[in-house]
Amino acid sequence: MNKYVVSLSPHIHGREDVRKIMWGVVYAMIPALLVSIYFFGLDSVRVTLISVASCLLVEYLIQRFFLKGKISITDGSAVITGILLAFNVPANLPNWIIVVGAIVAIGIAKMSFGGLGKNPFNPALVGRVFLLIAFPVQMTSWPKPHALFSDGVVDAITGATPLGILKEGLKNGMSVDQIMQSGEMPRYVDMMLGNMGGSLGEMSAIALLIGAIYMFWKKIITWHIPVSYLGSALAFALIFWLIDPVHYVNPLFHLVTGGLMLGVFFMATDMVSSPMTPVGMIVYGIGCGVLTMLIRLFGAYPEGVSFAILLMNAFVPLINAGFKPKRFGEKIVKK
Amino acid sequence: MKLKTFIKGGVHPPENKISAGEKIVEVPLPKTVYVPVQQVLGAPSVPVVKKGDRVKTGQLIAKGEAFISANVHSPATGTVSKIEEVTDSSGYRKTTIIIDTEADEWEEGIITDKGIQRECTLSPEEIISKIKSAGIVGMGGATFPTHVKLMVPPDKKAELLLINGVECEPYLTSDHRLMLERGEELMAGIQILMKALKVEKAIIGIENNKKDAIAHLDALSRSFSGISVQALKVKYPQGGEKQLIKAITGREVPSGKLPVEVGCVVQNVGTAVAVYEAVQKNKPLIERIVTVSGFVSHPANYLTRIGTPVSVLLELSGGIPEKAGKIINGGPMMGKAVNNAEVPVTKGTSGILVFPEDISLRHEPITCIRCSKCVQACPMSLEPYYLAQLSEIKDWEKCEKNMVMDCIECGSCMYVCPSYRPLLDYIRMGKTQVGKIIRSRVK
Repeated sequence: MNKYVVSLSPHIHGREDVRKIMWGVVYAMIPALLVSIYFFGLDSVRVTLISVASCLLVEYLIQRFFLKGKISITDGSAVITGILLAFNVPANLPNWIIVVGAIVAIGIAKMSFGGLGKNPFNPALVGRVFLLIAFPVQMTSWPKPHALFSDGVVDAITGATPLGILKEGLKNGMSVDQIMQSGEMPRYVDMMLGNMGGSLGEMSAIALLIGAIYMFWKKIITWHIPVSYLGSALAFALIFWLIDPVHYVNPLFHLVTGGLMLGVFFMATDMVSSPMTPVGMIVYGIGCGVLTMLIRLFGAYPEGVSFAILLMNAFVPLINAGFKPKRFGEKIVKK
Repeated sequence: MKLKTFIKGGVHPPENKISAGEKIVEVPLPKTVYVPVQQVLGAPSVPVVKKGDRVKTGQLIAKGEAFISANVHSPATGTVSKIEEVTDSSGYRKTTIIIDTEADEWEEGIITDKGIQRECTLSPEEIISKIKSAGIVGMGGATFPTHVKLMVPPDKKAELLLINGVECEPYLTSDHRLMLERGEELMAGIQILMKALKVEKAIIGIENNKKDAIAHLDALSRSFSGISVQALKVKYPQGGEKQLIKAITGREVPSGKLPVEVGCVVQNVGTAVAVYEAVQKNKPLIERIVTVSGFVSHPANYLTRIGTPVSVLLELSGGIPEKAGKIINGGPMMGKAVNNAEVPVTKGTSGILVFPEDISLRHEPITCIRCSKCVQACPMSLEPYYLAQLSEIKDWEKCEKNMVMDCIECGSCMYVCPSYRPLLDYIRMGKTQVGKIIRSRVK
């Protein structure tokens, strides 16, 4: 008598796969990567390659020699961390600092907690924030962007990010209008396209949006986190701008500068470190938005995206416990 | 017609309704039939025949004595050769009456004439008693005794009968063919069910991938008062009782309660036809329509006697292919895999699927990446990843608190899991344990 496979239902599986999801995120980052190469040239390629390679290497070494288990570096998750880390640093960052960032990101923030799926914090952001605190000078010296290979050695010139210029100006008692017209500040259209000082990946809002649309299409991310994050951040900015336009800049400026778009679509939406329920995701998104703006408007740092997301990452277990989905048939349950 | 559907969760597996165009073919009586005495979601029935007895087609051979149980009748004429434990299509070993068959000689009173008889003058009580004695169970696969479902508790009131023609499982087409080919009997059966429940209104829910059935029944329904057809968007698991009620009426059956709580009773189309035959033709439930599909050379829909070995149907469909890896009793989402092809067709067998080796084995599971796709897919708005985790660490208290008992085991969570985690295996374990705890509390 023939014997057949016996297993419990369901007997079919959808075409979803971790590998597919992870590489999908990698593909979604390509437009922003291309923009950064356009503006920063080979430096951008260098930073990205060093970052990705060291993330993969650190994960490999830990899995091979510490955990002595299965090597799973081809699942794409370390590649994402590598690219995201590169996206969050200036293009002129020395190689050794990038390697340190990768060790912190993968070694401490990811593998120490048990690897893929177990890390409470976004690894790339932990790496980035570590570098920002440990190497503040190198991490805030931004090369001025220049069109690809236009002239050789502009890398030496450094300038601040628009958010940095704003913060500095306000500190010196200037009004928002004065700062905007000071000549240091790039035009809006340049900011939207990415022609401004900043980290690799946060240059072009449009390129990031293209990647985000791809992820929506592939169902890698849902609307909950991006919409609530962006919505609350912009609402926050709008309220202060309406009250006092002399000291607070308009929401559009906040939208196209700094790491907001990158954070909203690529880092806050990180599956592993974000909440599990739709309502929880909205709460988390609002938390990220409000914290980002609190830091941008009132904090010591010009940018608050990384800190905001990491802080909200820490709240995720509580959010998961506190915001359960509304069960089918729950509203009429009488206890 | 505006398409309706349920709101929360659900998935869209490939439909693969490859046997949809195949007319129902009657299977010749096999030499031997194997009739398990328990073909119901309830207590086993007690055999009333013994080895060597001669039985007629339609004769009672096992009596359902418990409240939730169902009579079993002989699907053929012949001699009882053995009564012993046999593995049936549910995968369990059950007491089975084995009959060597000969040409049909019908039990007295059974009308074999195919003429449609619409009028029914019986009282609701008489109808329910006829249904009970005919051993009818829910034929969508759940096999709950139909007469029990029709006995509405005195403090509740049914106002709407929903007829389940959704057939949301991929591959299966037995209900589809039944609606197309036996529409009139179906309609007459629905009227009898309405009478038994004392309701004025019945709605047949059909997914929009069966447009011909929708059109056919919609046309037929004009000559039957109170019956209408509702087309539904294609989404699994719409055939789930609670999901169907939600889709058609917008009402949510409260957690842990029965559909009658919101005034509804749901019956499968196959059940309605069986009810028609039982009430109008005195014919007990001894045959059903079974889809044979998947990796076979001739996918088909068969009208087959209960107790027919699955291998007989597979032989008619071109035999079991060399590279067959799995045989499933039921649909691919909720069906049960059987370990051999000799198991008999039972009252709940809606389909037999053969899968090739390459898709028979599960992928190796990897770690959960907390993507929350299972939470989004769950039609009961549970958190499958969490329930599975809680079951894994045997925290039954939290399992119960997180409503593990509400799980309908539709498999949507596992279907979408990108880490191939055995979520439903763990959740079933949790349900079993929590169920035990709840029952021990009542005692």
